[in-house]
Amino acid sequence: MADHKVVEHDVLVIGAGGAGLRAAIEAASAGVSVGLICKSLLGKAHTVMAEGGVAAALANADERDSWKVHFADTMRGGQYLNNWRMAELHAKEAPDRVRELEGWGALMDRTPDGKMNQRNFGGHAYPRLAHVGDRTGLEMIRTLQDHSIHQDIDVHMEVTVHKLFKDGDRVAGAFAYDRGTGEFMVFKAKAVVMATGGIGRAFLVTSNSWEYTGDGHALAYHAGAELVDMEFIQFHPTGMVWPPSVRGILVTEGVRGEGGILKNSEGKRFMFDDIPPLYQGSTADTPEEGWRYVIGDRDARRPPELLTRDHVARKITKEVKEGRGSPHGGAFLDIAWIKEHIKDSEAHIKKKLPSMYHQFKELAGIDITKEPMEVGPTTHYVMGGIKVDGDTQMATTVPGLFAAGECAGGLHGANRLGGNSLSDLLVFGKRAGEYAAKFAQENPSFTVSDDQIAVAEAEAIAPLSRDPGADVGPYRLQAELQKLMQDKAGIAREEEGLKEAHEELLQLKARAEVMGSGGSRDYNPGWHTALDLHNLMTVAEAVVVAAEARQESRGAHSRIDHLEKKKEWGTFNHVIKKGSGGEMEIRREPIPEIRQELKDIIEEQG
Amino acid sequence: MKTATFKVWRGNSDGGDFQSYEVELDHGYVVLDAIHQIQAEQANDMAVRWNCKAGKCGSCSAEVNGQPRLMCMTRCDDLDLDKPVTVEPMRTFPVIKDLVTDVSWNYEVKASIAKFAPKPSDQDDGTWYMEQYDVERPQEFRKCIECFLCQDVCHVLRDHHMHDEFAGPRHFVYTANMEMNPIDVGDRVVSLRDELGLGYCNITKCCTKVCPEGIAITDNAIIPLKERVVDRSYDPIAALISMVKGG
Repeated sequence: MADHKVVEHDVLVIGAGGAGLRAAIEAASAGVSVGLICKSLLGKAHTVMAEGGVAAALANADERDSWKVHFADTMRGGQYLNNWRMAELHAKEAPDRVRELEGWGALMDRTPDGKMNQRNFGGHAYPRLAHVGDRTGLEMIRTLQDHSIHQDIDVHMEVTVHKLFKDGDRVAGAFAYDRGTGEFMVFKAKAVVMATGGIGRAFLVTSNSWEYTGDGHALAYHAGAELVDMEFIQFHPTGMVWPPSVRGILVTEGVRGEGGILKNSEGKRFMFDDIPPLYQGSTADTPEEGWRYVIGDRDARRPPELLTRDHVARKITKEVKEGRGSPHGGAFLDIAWIKEHIKDSEAHIKKKLPSMYHQFKELAGIDITKEPMEVGPTTHYVMGGIKVDGDTQMATTVPGLFAAGECAGGLHGANRLGGNSLSDLLVFGKRAGEYAAKFAQENPSFTVSDDQIAVAEAEAIAPLSRDPGADVGPYRLQAELQKLMQDKAGIAREEEGLKEAHEELLQLKARAEVMGSGGSRDYNPGWHTALDLHNLMTVAEAVVVAAEARQESRGAHSRIDHLEKKKEWGTFNHVIKKGSGGEMEIRREPIPEIRQELKDIIEEQG
Repeated sequence: MKTATFKVWRGNSDGGDFQSYEVELDHGYVVLDAIHQIQAEQANDMAVRWNCKAGKCGSCSAEVNGQPRLMCMTRCDDLDLDKPVTVEPMRTFPVIKDLVTDVSWNYEVKASIAKFAPKPSDQDDGTWYMEQYDVERPQEFRKCIECFLCQDVCHVLRDHHMHDEFAGPRHFVYTANMEMNPIDVGDRVVSLRDELGLGYCNITKCCTKVCPEGIAITDNAIIPLKERVVDRSYDPIAALISMVKGG
């Protein structure tokens, strides 16, 4: 066996964004030893990119809000495919999780009476997102990071996990490599928390960083865990579209929350057409009413730009397809127009949306206080993920394996509401950490077999020993994968394209068997990309398989050959699992009957 | 589309040199796009850190034509492309490989600073009453993305290598954020003087100039902290009173 370093922890947390940090903090507070693995440097994870805010029914900005309304909003947004227990816990616990951040040093924007301020966001009935301008994610990750460094947590920076170890059914740790030195690391752990985020790098146009290669989804899947709802990928309606170098970078929904409107090339505010039935009663009839809502008139209804992300993304795509798009294939997002209503609108916009101002000024040469932005859909978030128990966050089929945040499935159903992921990672990060510590204390003995280590080492070293060649270089294969997913499994899907995508994926997988990076072991991104690509291919296949199976359009999943939402398809989730022969198996799993009390809340809230 | 020459420093802790690469620039290219293109097409193993590509994470710090910059926020068309563009790692930190440096020292310094210490809550829900006016001052410091460009440019670290005695601008901003948080009751003034080496800063404002977040590091963080140290340690009247009181 080659050289490797052995590290032992009671609880190993993989991923150091908000969910991972929150899990590590909670586990450490239970007195167990905790290791935290970051793929990048600490504090750089994708949470840093979150802009608009964290959703919690604090009722600071509108006292009519409560966990019940938040719960009902989340279920409606998810088209009722959500794990209702998670939606319940999330709505109930988010306020406490957000409040405790201030005791750790966070400084959210304030209401006039000195409380945390809250802003409007798509699908939320009341202003619910606690925020700091448009850099809420940075505030959260820095708060958690700065708190965590004073807890007893061993941080392993720039380390990537390649495989999970098992002992029988239970998890037993993870095989990883140090990105800087290329050294292999064997982590032995009594419990493992997956907090690896999403899968955006499977697509060409994405708001996600290089790290988002579906590691947690794929590692858990290969270790025997189930994946749920993998057909549901959120295409955020507003990504930058021009210039090409910034394509996909996120433009916060906060722009619309602050009054931004969408227009087509004819200057028409097209969002007023085709309001979905679920939202007809709660959407403004006129621009005038929409504006009143933005400035806090409680009798006014939401402007249609604040409908759910799936709907807005589809509407923009439709405008572009029908020839009414902006010059570079998007729609116009205009916040400058608020000067009609606000005296010093320039200062107001810079104060409310400082990073958006900066981002467009620097990268696109656009002054958003004066001119509209060009925006279009960008791959943003995966609703699907590791199937877990709603209370403990333990994977349904792998004892000792927990998941929290984006890599866990269930909370968001078919579509996630903006702001619900920052609260998700706090609520379920905490729960995962708590129950992982408990599991570690109750199930202390396990072994990691030498065979597993040897297999992992051989796999991990293989691409290094092969020459990239013309056809099987990691960057080339990654680019091909991204293009095929973008074209055939993106925002508008149909059977033929999905079938082709599936076949092409299998061919790509075969080519990747001989993928080579060359180079040395020390800080070699070619090698790292090669190893990440296996995870990306696994999650891409799961997305395609689930998208093929769901022959309807619901939430973020749009089938152009099945445009309608079908009632009978709202009764089950798709669950994917690795079969005994290594093939990917999919099944329909009926949604458990919802508790009467929760059913009543949904009915009350309409 | 325009072609430009990028001279990128390649090497490791044993040494290295600039290597030239020709890059075809697409519209709006930033330096990080050029580096990615080189990595994908000409040098798969070129080491570079990046994450968000939108100036929010502070990972892709480097020196472009000798200036400390975030590569993702440096537009190629703002550079003189008739000459080769040089890209090299931050010089204040030990190089690991190519454009990647060992910044772990920053994490150690931060952990050594006394942590945030809130006073007891004053609201029924366990939170604190804070007005916007009062949080705005520390909020400026909380914009910091930890790119460490201020550390890179600071001559106390860059030229005098006083890493053992001087925490650097980033950590003064970090300390100021806690000192000026309306609910913090911690006291870091003595440690600013004795352990964090605040006195070595001679307010040349180089850090403020390179901050991609536009934080007024010197004026709003360092100088007010220096004033606190002076008030505490070097105020003659206070010293006299304390002498008389025997304090």
